[in-house]
Order: sequence, then structure tokens, then C-alpha cells
Amino acid sequence: MKRHFQNELEALKVSLVKMGSVVEEALKSSVFAILNRDDAAVQRVLEAEERINLLELEIDHAILDLLALQQPVASDLRFILAVQKINNDLERMGDHAVNIAESAVALKTLPDTGMLEEIPRMAELTLGIVKQGLDSMILKDPSLAAAVLRADDGIDDMNRTVARKVIGLVKNDPTAIALGLELIRISRNLERVADLTTNIAEDVLFYVQARVVKHHAEEKDDTHREVYHGPGTD
Amino acid sequence: MPTTIEIRSLNLFYGSFQALKAVDLSIEKNIITALIGPSGCGKSTLLRCLNRMNDLIHGVRITGEVRFEGKNIYDATADVATLRKRIGMVFQRPNPFPLSVYGNVVYGLKVAGEREKRIMDEVAERSLKAAWLWDNVKDRLDRPALGLPLDQQQRLCIARLLAIQPEVILMDEPCSALDPIATSKIEDLMLDLKREYSIVIVTHNMQQASRVSDSTGYMLLGEMIEFGPTANIFTMPARKLTEDYITGKYG
Repeated sequence: MKRHFQNELEALKVSLVKMGSVVEEALKSSVFAILNRDDAAVQRVLEAEERINLLELEIDHAILDLLALQQPVASDLRFILAVQKINNDLERMGDHAVNIAESAVALKTLPDTGMLEEIPRMAELTLGIVKQGLDSMILKDPSLAAAVLRADDGIDDMNRTVARKVIGLVKNDPTAIALGLELIRISRNLERVADLTTNIAEDVLFYVQARVVKHHAEEKDDTHREVYHGPGTD
Repeated sequence: MPTTIEIRSLNLFYGSFQALKAVDLSIEKNIITALIGPSGCGKSTLLRCLNRMNDLIHGVRITGEVRFEGKNIYDATADVATLRKRIGMVFQRPNPFPLSVYGNVVYGLKVAGEREKRIMDEVAERSLKAAWLWDNVKDRLDRPALGLPLDQQQRLCIARLLAIQPEVILMDEPCSALDPIATSKIEDLMLDLKREYSIVIVTHNMQQASRVSDSTGYMLLGEMIEFGPTANIFTMPARKLTEDYITGKYG
């Protein structure tokens, strides 16, 4: 029963999957743009961002209607709340893709003195966990979500390494300051994308397992009880 | 979406009491229109105006127009029997006739003079399927309808209505006698039926209106306070009176 409501939830999920794919594409293009100094890739990011903004509004609107009209409860309610937050996180990730693309434009004005080896490595790792985070939501897979949370520390370390290396670079050659700032900016944006992906993973755990893991809330909570995890997760 | 019923300046008096005050409303085809409001607000009275059920009440006086497919149903020349065939009603309590399941579904056809068993069988099966009842009753079509569970009785009443191929289905609190599971079945059935029929439902249950309807009208003391897309009414009502009612601050 309630087929129509379930169909609406399914449609919301489809919109979120679409949003996730566009964000993933935007991030890939932004990384391609910095590694290859490619103008067309920059353009693709800017176009994707417009689509992301429209999808964000569309999903917001669907959520408002579902909450107001359908009185969702239990796993349906957790799903809608998770989608609401993930929608917001994805839109922010789109903004970071634009920031990275802007750095690609700035890099083109600077001499091509080579890229820090950490940047492509970091970009690859970040794109990897973005995919994992989105998959964890689509597949309702808590183990993928947990993997995202574990992987984020490595990206944070790389961000710090980039900062340290840039300091060394500028110390040796003060004229490299413009390049150094762009590299820090790129690294910082990638690190933020990874952080936002951990938010998604936390939302997936909330949706699928009814667990609140952010801010170590679970460790502080001693009122454990059995929770039905919703259809398809047993 | 084209309009099926157009209500213009409709006033209704029970003796000296005015139950409807200059109601204007356009009911669109193939959607579910819900009428909500507190007890005594006039929503059931308005619903009953749409197929002239109020004619049966002594001392009722009506002014204004209800145009169905362009014609005023309150014209002196209007044929009430045909009107009620085209605009059928489902009531609060399921009201199957004391006949078999089959006898209920084909009742309207028999009254209309149909005698051919093959046609009646076809219509019975089609109508029961459309009302999601066929699988429950196909092996006991000759059993008394009053022996069915309440929600099946209600779906039988819907099947009986579908058998005479109405254009509009009026529903007056169709789920208030049913439990939540049975209610959810009727709601999903309504959402299916709107593809072929226009539905107007009166409900005390605001959540029901929000779940199933496309348009909602909020009535208070005989007036149509606000009418619009259901999503707008429940997320951003235009009037404070509506906001107070749907957020439970009324009264």
C-alpha cells in the first residue's frame, strides 16, 4: 500500500542521483582543468554548476511538499531528512568545483613549473570518496559510508603536506607565491569536498541505520535500542 | 486542466440559516479536489449541491449556479436522475444494498434496463477490478455484500458507482469508518481513479486531504476562505485563517 507515496520517494531518490552525477562530473572536469590547463573543462564546470543549482531548488521543493503533505515517519522520514542535507552538501561541492576551475584559469596566467605531486593524488582520492559517498546513499550501504569516514583523514594529511610544501617552495623562490597560493587554494577546496562527503556518509548512516555518528554523538549516547533499518537493508 | 464543474455565487439556506455564502469554485477534470474545514463549515453541504442531493432536504433554498460541463444543474429543465448518474457519490458509511456482491455492482445497469448477462458480467469484473476488489470477491460474487469487511464494502460501493460510468465521483468522508490500513487502500485507489474520473472529497482529516488531493478548498462558516493547489495550501497558505486551521490553532 501507499504505492503513490513510495513512488514519490523513489522520484526524490532519482533526482538526488541525478544531482550527485552532475556534481561528480563537475568535480572531474575541475580536476581535469587544473591538471591539463583546459579551458573547455572550465566551461563544463560552469555549466554544471547552473544545473546543480536548479536541481537543488527542485529537490528542496519536492522535500517541502513531501514533509508537508505526506507526514513521513521512521525510515521514510530519515530518508527525506538525509536527502535534504545531502542536497545541500552536493550544492556546496558544486561551488568548490567552480573554485577549483577558477584556479585552473589563474594557473594559465602563471609559468608552467609543474604541479605538486600531491595535488593529482589528492584529487584522485577525493573523487574516489565522492563516488563512494554517493554509492553508499544509492545502495544504502553503511560499509561504504564507513569507508568514506575512514578515508577522509588521509586527505586531511595531504592538505597539510601541500601547505608545508608550498611554504618550502615560496621560501626557495619568492616569485612562486602566486602559484603557491593557487595550489593551497586547490588543495583546500579538495579537502572541503572530502569533508562534505563525510557529511553525506554520516547522513547515510543516519538514514540506513538510524545512527548519529557526527560529533561522536553515538559514543556519548548510552540509550541504545533496536531500530528497524527500513526496507531492503536487513 | 479543463474545468468540469463551475460554481458561481452559490448560496444555500436551510430555512433562515445560511449554510453557503456566495461560494465560487472551479473543479478541474481528472484531479482530486478536497474540501476541508471544521464541522458545520458547509463542506458537505457544498458537496451535496454538486449532484443535487440537497433537493431531498425539506426547506432548502439555493441561489447561484453550478455549471457541470457548461450547463447549470439547477436549471428547471435539468434531469436530476441523469445528473446523479454522471456525478455519483460515495458516503461516509459504506452502504451496500442487501444483495449479493454481484447484485450490488450490476444494480445500476439493471435499473437502466440492461438484461444481457454477458454485458453485466463484463461490467461487474471491470468495475470490481477498477475498485481493487476483484481478487477479494471473485470467488464469492453471490455472497451477501453486507458480509464483507467494512473497507471491502466501501470499495464495493465505489465499484457500484464505476459500473454506471460516472464522470465525477463525490466522496463524503469516505474513510472515516475505516482503520488506517483500509484508509490507505482507499487513498491509493483514489489516486488511481483520478486518471479517469474527477474526484471531489470532503474530509475532516487534513492529512488525508494533503496526501491525496491536488487542489484544496478551506471553508469556514459557509465561506470558501481559500482555494488553491494543495501543496500551496499546506506549505504557504495565503490567508491567516487557513494557516490557523491547518496548524491547529483554530478554535
